[in-house]
Amino acid sequence: MDNPAPAPERQLDTATVDEAIGFLRSEHADAVTLDDRDGYEGIIVEGGRLLDIARVIRDDLGFDYLSSATAVDYLGAGDHLEMVYHAYRTSGGGALVFKAQTDRENAEIPSLVSIWRGADFQEREAWDLMGIKFPGHPNLKRILMWEGFQGHPLRKDWREAYYEEEQKPFDSRWPGGHVHRAEEKNVFGKNVTYPPDIDLGRLMDTSESAVYQSLGLGVDVERIMDKDGFETNELVVNMGPHHPSTHGVFRMVLTVDGETVTSLEPVMGYLHRNHEKIGERNTYLHNIPFTDRLDYISSMGNNHGYVLAVEQLMSLGRKYNPPTYRCEALRVMMVELSRIVNHLWAIGFWLNDIGAFFTPVLYFVQERERILDFFEAVAGSRMMCNYMRFGGLFGDLPARIKSVSNLTNDRVRDYNTMQFLTEMINERIPRTIDDLERLLTQNEILLERSIGVGVLSREDAVNYSAAGPLLRGSGVAYDIRRAEPYSIYPELDFDVAVEEEGDMYARYRVRVAEMRESVRILKQILPRLEATAGESIWADGKPGAYAPRVPHGEAYGRVENGKGELGYYVVSAGGRGGSANPWRYHVRAPSFINLTPMGIMSRGHKVADIVGILGSIDIVLGETDR
Amino acid sequence: MYGTGLAKGLMLTLRHFVESYVDDVRYGFRKYHHSTDNFGIRQGTKTKGVITVQYPDEKVAVPERFRFVPFLIVEDEDHPTRAGKDWCTSCGICAKVCPPQCIWIVRGNDPNTGRPVPEPEAFFIDIDICMNCGFCAEYCPFDAIKMDHDYELASYDRTTHHIHDKERLSKPNSYWRGIAPTRAYEEMLVRGTWEHKDAAKEARRGAASSRASAPRPAAERPAAPQAEVASEASASGETAAPAPAAEGATPWTEDDAKREERRRKALERKARRAAKRGQ
Repeated sequence: MDNPAPAPERQLDTATVDEAIGFLRSEHADAVTLDDRDGYEGIIVEGGRLLDIARVIRDDLGFDYLSSATAVDYLGAGDHLEMVYHAYRTSGGGALVFKAQTDRENAEIPSLVSIWRGADFQEREAWDLMGIKFPGHPNLKRILMWEGFQGHPLRKDWREAYYEEEQKPFDSRWPGGHVHRAEEKNVFGKNVTYPPDIDLGRLMDTSESAVYQSLGLGVDVERIMDKDGFETNELVVNMGPHHPSTHGVFRMVLTVDGETVTSLEPVMGYLHRNHEKIGERNTYLHNIPFTDRLDYISSMGNNHGYVLAVEQLMSLGRKYNPPTYRCEALRVMMVELSRIVNHLWAIGFWLNDIGAFFTPVLYFVQERERILDFFEAVAGSRMMCNYMRFGGLFGDLPARIKSVSNLTNDRVRDYNTMQFLTEMINERIPRTIDDLERLLTQNEILLERSIGVGVLSREDAVNYSAAGPLLRGSGVAYDIRRAEPYSIYPELDFDVAVEEEGDMYARYRVRVAEMRESVRILKQILPRLEATAGESIWADGKPGAYAPRVPHGEAYGRVENGKGELGYYVVSAGGRGGSANPWRYHVRAPSFINLTPMGIMSRGHKVADIVGILGSIDIVLGETDR
Repeated sequence: MYGTGLAKGLMLTLRHFVESYVDDVRYGFRKYHHSTDNFGIRQGTKTKGVITVQYPDEKVAVPERFRFVPFLIVEDEDHPTRAGKDWCTSCGICAKVCPPQCIWIVRGNDPNTGRPVPEPEAFFIDIDICMNCGFCAEYCPFDAIKMDHDYELASYDRTTHHIHDKERLSKPNSYWRGIAPTRAYEEMLVRGTWEHKDAAKEARRGAASSRASAPRPAAERPAAPQAEVASEASASGETAAPAPAAEGATPWTEDDAKREERRRKALERKARRAAKRGQ
């Protein structure tokens, strides 16, 4: 099996997903079974053989990019834990979904870090939240919760501090809804438990070593701490979590030799709120406004990924109307506008990080404000848009963007919406990008700071599951809008921005080029909006139900968001008639997984460059920590 | 030549610097005086230079669709038949569709019959929990709960001030039409009337029954006043004696009884399911 005939092997790299599954089933019949559960796809791999099969999938079948690795707890439905992997080819096409199951008591699945380094943080997350051990993982520590946390929050039998009911809507709200505040009913402190083997004295320990105790990868704290005086030439530097350049509460622990960084480990979870557990309590609809709070710079894109995933599931049922053309055009327009917003913001704050303090960012933010004004007029909120619905949208474009407020300053704004849009897309945004390029692209200081800094090679970018501008800046022309198109992207004319160098400057160039491509897309959207004026955004003319039921199955909806591949893995465990709440709701967050190669990108650079490298990855902590 | 890129960029900074003064000169510093028109210049799409807003001296007016903490619509005081009455029928959809579950509703019961009546006895929104998503307003079948434009809700004590009760939440219908005329008009088109759905239904029913009892064509002309009388009768009937409705029992109580029955069954099912999960 390790030596398949050379001729079929060549064909295997380009075989369709079905052919690949067929190959795996015939060649490895002992380890691979088809996942024939209703609405599920892919294969189930026997745990002990997972490494072999994964190697075949990567090397022979050519699925070189592990997009997502996540766990599901099937308590009450087989009582096993399951790891779900989505592997793609960087040349494009659909996912090869493979799964490995283990029992809940002694959950163990071999680590795939040796095959895809991109599995590193995702496996740590699965250990942290789901309690699956990964033999072979170099640093299997909790990543979002703290060491000493009791339990694994995403398990179905784990309950949070303010637990009310398994699923929303809660019965206490209606019809006998006597108001109470959660903290009065359930005082925090009485329901905190600690694992038996934890030393609680550690929490009182104010010495330096406690700060680094939960770390492992690369930073040998003890060795360095043991040295004293000036004899040491290596030093541990802690940056964050409260550091202005980390874009939120994010922490990096680095060892420096003189000024040069020898290793770096990202530490996160300070903004963790168990978004996925909340998502499982929620109904499907409830989750849409929660997705806004992930990457709050580009909430339209977050909405899009989630509704795509749920629409995929809904399309398994009989009563499903796909969105109308106008709805799709509006979605794409909103998403492209938010991509521009995202890149303006990312470039602006990256410049802040490398020292161009706030002058450029404020020039860009002026234009961002106009786009947000538009979002506010259409969706009702500048950043928490909550605009998309399953099979439709919150509302069509208003005829006029205007304010009739009771506050002050009536009559301030009153524009025709299409005119406002046309002017913004044809004049204002291109002008802003021109200004941005004039200000920066040939700026010698910027060139010296960014060229050759934070280099991520093509191979590493793919292997570390980097996504978005980070991946394309390393010469991989992988854009989901082209690789696995969704919505109306196939008919739109645009290019995938790509740069070969893999340094900070390449990422900057990719972002600028992507903004220009977004403008190009938007210019094609405008006539489509005019042509469909008057058409309903709902296929059947009326808004969708407030409590949609979703048929049994799994779906992975992914979009190319500003920061990279944003994926939603949603499992519905509904019986006949479907379920009202997702069984599993997982977010494949680009900000989180793009941090995996942070360590290798930083090695050998100065501390001041680390800040810039982090800025060039472009993370949002709302999405990193979820 | 080394440094040309830098110089080009600095020219842009210089341009922004000059522009802010050019605009000042053009408008003769009128831009900064606190008046609507001047503010419009500064916040318009053609403006250059300084665009900042001096909050709280100046406020950007919010667009119609802007959403902040919800409020409940009650009928205006000068409404001929339903003055001060809630639009809310306490159907509970807003409470169910609320993602953070910040809405509490106590459904009212008729003190005489014990049956539920279509108006809330109490209504609470914990604005600390509210995430301003607007689902309650979007999915309310009676257009009774709306998102407000008033975003200045800071207070010194969150424990007492941040749970809005029905009194605090209620705002007259005319307020909603004032802050969102286009949306109010669109909702009217969907509803088919400027009145509350139920009131309109009552009115139609009243008109129909009066036609039935008085089948002469002359009776059709004054249909509108009769409708008002009919809805008035039903409105007063809810608090006092059972309404002397033309077709016997008031239809909503029947519906509600059925709904209550369905709900009870659903709760039982849910409890059974929960018990099964617990095993």
